Amino acid sequence: MAARKPVRWHIAVFLAPAVAVYTALMIIPLFGTLLQSLMNETDDGERVFVGLQNFATLFGDALWSDAFWNALGNNTWFFVIHMLVQNPIGIALAAILSTPRLRMAAFYRTAIFIPTILSFVIVGFVWKLILSPIWGIAPGMLDAVGLKMLFAPWLGKEEYALTTLALISVWQFVGIPMMLIYAALLSIPDEVIEAAEMDGITGWSQFWKIKLPLILPAIGIISILTFVGNFNAFDLIYVAQGALAGPDFSTDILGTFLYRTFFGFQLQLGDPYMGSAIAGAMFGIILLGVCIYLFGIQTRLRRYQF
Amino acid sequence: MSARLSPARTIAAHAVLLTYTLIALFPVFVIVINSFKSRKAIFADPLALPMPGNFDWVGYETVLKQGDFFLYFQNSLIVTVASLFFVLLFGAMAAFALSEYRFKGNTLMGLYLALGIMIPIRLGTVAILEMMVASGLVNTLTALVLVYTAQGLPLAVFILAEFMKSVSDDLKNAGRIDGLSEYRIFFSLVLPLVRPAMATVAVFTMIPIWNDLWFPLILAPAEETKTVTLGAQVFIGQFVTNWNAVLAALSLAIVPVLILYLISSRQLIRGITAGAVK
Repeated sequence: MAARKPVRWHIAVFLAPAVAVYTALMIIPLFGTLLQSLMNETDDGERVFVGLQNFATLFGDALWSDAFWNALGNNTWFFVIHMLVQNPIGIALAAILSTPRLRMAAFYRTAIFIPTILSFVIVGFVWKLILSPIWGIAPGMLDAVGLKMLFAPWLGKEEYALTTLALISVWQFVGIPMMLIYAALLSIPDEVIEAAEMDGITGWSQFWKIKLPLILPAIGIISILTFVGNFNAFDLIYVAQGALAGPDFSTDILGTFLYRTFFGFQLQLGDPYMGSAIAGAMFGIILLGVCIYLFGIQTRLRRYQF
Repeated sequence: MSARLSPARTIAAHAVLLTYTLIALFPVFVIVINSFKSRKAIFADPLALPMPGNFDWVGYETVLKQGDFFLYFQNSLIVTVASLFFVLLFGAMAAFALSEYRFKGNTLMGLYLALGIMIPIRLGTVAILEMMVASGLVNTLTALVLVYTAQGLPLAVFILAEFMKSVSDDLKNAGRIDGLSEYRIFFSLVLPLVRPAMATVAVFTMIPIWNDLWFPLILAPAEETKTVTLGAQVFIGQFVTNWNAVLAALSLAIVPVLILYLISSRQLIRGITAGAVK
């Protein structure tokens, strides 16, 4: 075989640059970080292999484990809000947008997607300013509808801060589920919809009974994208609340915890080994989520071919 | 096609969409109008439009005097354009290899490259930083370009490979019969045909690179390599109480992305919905 077929060098040439850059900057560092989470430094600065000791510290030492579980719990709540608020709103907007012959649909689509293109720095500060008790856009507007007593410095209160930030993030990213679901809805063939209408299924029941089952795979993709994005989030919290994720760590999520541990902050010194251990734990969580999706959910979703 | 909508339902649909559009645009609007107002007017009536009476450039003056925004802007532009170029070139080449040729390990290679779509590159930050320190690339734009190229490649390869599968084999074979090399077939036959897909990938790749705060903060925080996003963040941190300056800096950071988006939005939306038009 090999004698008859010449080596097709061009395949290697086409693949080489992408594979080289990707391997060097993504795969090797990822495994380097995982490996480093199994190392530590002796007092004279020598690197030694310590096995799972860093993870034992992370989960066993109350100083670390409290912070870790706090960050994980906050991160889970952050994710739950996205699933409960962002994705239903996105689906609803997409369903309305896909109404046939709706005027100005392109305008709405473009406008609603605008927050998604803005950087976290902008989004974080914009909302910080709007919700600020000093400037008073939010209190002023609540006052105008007679609800001033509802106002609180939401970002400054421990019990509200995390939820407020999650809702800001929802505001920013609702465009993504909207677009993906919109595309999925458009791909439903007209014959299916016409057949439903022949059978007298229209309006709401058409959405629930015909369209929703057909877009379930797209909803699955959105859920896993939301999961990966949320458990990897950092920027918004860092911009709005700083690396200390105040007030009193109530908005600390895994990304900010990793940043603080690795680089240190104020009096705390940076620790690359514990930082790697946290990155390793995040890797495990994300991998677990992706696996649950790939093997538990995706294989069970029924796909329809037209 | 489907039954005509009743007027009541059409109005309801518009009402919902219009409400949400207002929610989406209101914060941006408030920031931009207030950036042109005097400090007193910002606080006295935050929702008023800038008028001759309350108009003030002072915020923009402070920003242009204090922050080196032109440099930051230039840095962001260099990093984004260079990364985009490499993502598109390398991504298209790899996508072509994966979609055009059958070879051992093709599927495996595809999966290997797709891994990066699900696992965020940030988790390797610790090792990336060490690597950059070892190679002396810390505080250079090169470091950022390398990282962003790696970050953008998985999705680019994935999307472009899908599109390249739809390029007609007859065309490529005709080229082969005419004696074109595989490289010529790729560069002069296939690439021009997948240009719409390239534009979509470009927009998708560009936005997270332009907006990223994590890697500039960690790999290139020096004054001369700051990107706009990091520059704005640091600037705002220093000028927290100078509302004019903060609002002006925010507006300056919003406008370029907004223009870019409005120019490319049709392409972006066409790309997202492209799968729909089978």
